[in-house]
Amino acid sequence: MASTYEKIATNTLGSAAATVTFSTISGAYTDLVFIIAAGNSTTASDQIRAQFNSDTGSNYSFTQIVGNGSTATSGRSSNSTAMRFGFCSNNTETNAIIQIQNYSNTTTYKSSLARINNPNVNLYAVVNLWRNTSAITNISLFMESGGNFNSGSTFTLYGIKAA
Amino acid sequence: MANTYTLISSVTVGSGGSASIEFTSIPATYTDLLVKLSGRSSRSAATMEEFVLTFNNNTSSYSERQLRGDGSSVISQTFSGASIQQLGQPGAGATANTFGNWEFYIPNYAGSNYKSISLDGVTENNATQAYTNFEAGLWSNTAAITSIKLSAGSYLAVQYSTAYLYGISNA
Repeated sequence: MASTYEKIATNTLGSAAATVTFSTISGAYTDLVFIIAAGNSTTASDQIRAQFNSDTGSNYSFTQIVGNGSTATSGRSSNSTAMRFGFCSNNTETNAIIQIQNYSNTTTYKSSLARINNPNVNLYAVVNLWRNTSAITNISLFMESGGNFNSGSTFTLYGIKAA
Repeated sequence: MANTYTLISSVTVGSGGSASIEFTSIPATYTDLLVKLSGRSSRSAATMEEFVLTFNNNTSSYSERQLRGDGSSVISQTFSGASIQQLGQPGAGATANTFGNWEFYIPNYAGSNYKSISLDGVTENNATQAYTNFEAGLWSNTAAITSIKLSAGSYLAVQYSTAYLYGISNA
């Protein structure tokens, strides 16, 4: 059987960490899938943010739809300094599935589709755009308000091959 | 190359339908589980009926948070009780031959934490009462998941309903 879904790297935190980075990502795949199961060790609530290739410029935008169990809302942000990958609290583990298609081409801007669930708080569907044509070789995650990912949080990056 | 995405088991409902679809004796050798469901309910004259999801034949400590669009509005709701209960499928009153399409992702299913689940599903049927669903599910239980049961409530999952269980490994 051809293996089209391959682990690139995984990181299980042995202690709380403010930032999680995957670097030197191979361009050998067609798409990336990023799986996160994480908690927040420091604050009651925070947003997971992300940057590609250590780009801290205002080159990101996102549009989201959010449900908190009583209301549904949608919002967006342009010219942001990081992408948004949803909500992370200290009372329930957040799970996130992030799909990044055609990540290694050097012609188009890169978009991602993220589904983030915190069952006790809210759920997100977010599309993010990075206005850069470079291949993605580095993904860095951090908390918007300076919180830490708690010990035991897992982050796994998979590569998907078309052939 | 490691094979990180493995079919564990599959079910295709046969003639006469089935009250439930169940996966048992799920090994703990993977990191995450993924279920892909194509279902339709036998509920007479209804355009939709909810399937429900339980683990390990346990009927307590489930909750879910839902975001549902029906083509004209979006709502968000919460539910709790004996199952994850809002897995809408076309009923017998829906357009013929249409089946719901659901995907459940269960990270860290064999760990000792509570189980947090991502669920996405659609019930398009070229008519009104069709839904797009995003859901966050939680089973507040620290046991490893060893079985998954999809029940059709008081009705049946009709013939040709299918479910596939995949194991995903990070090794």
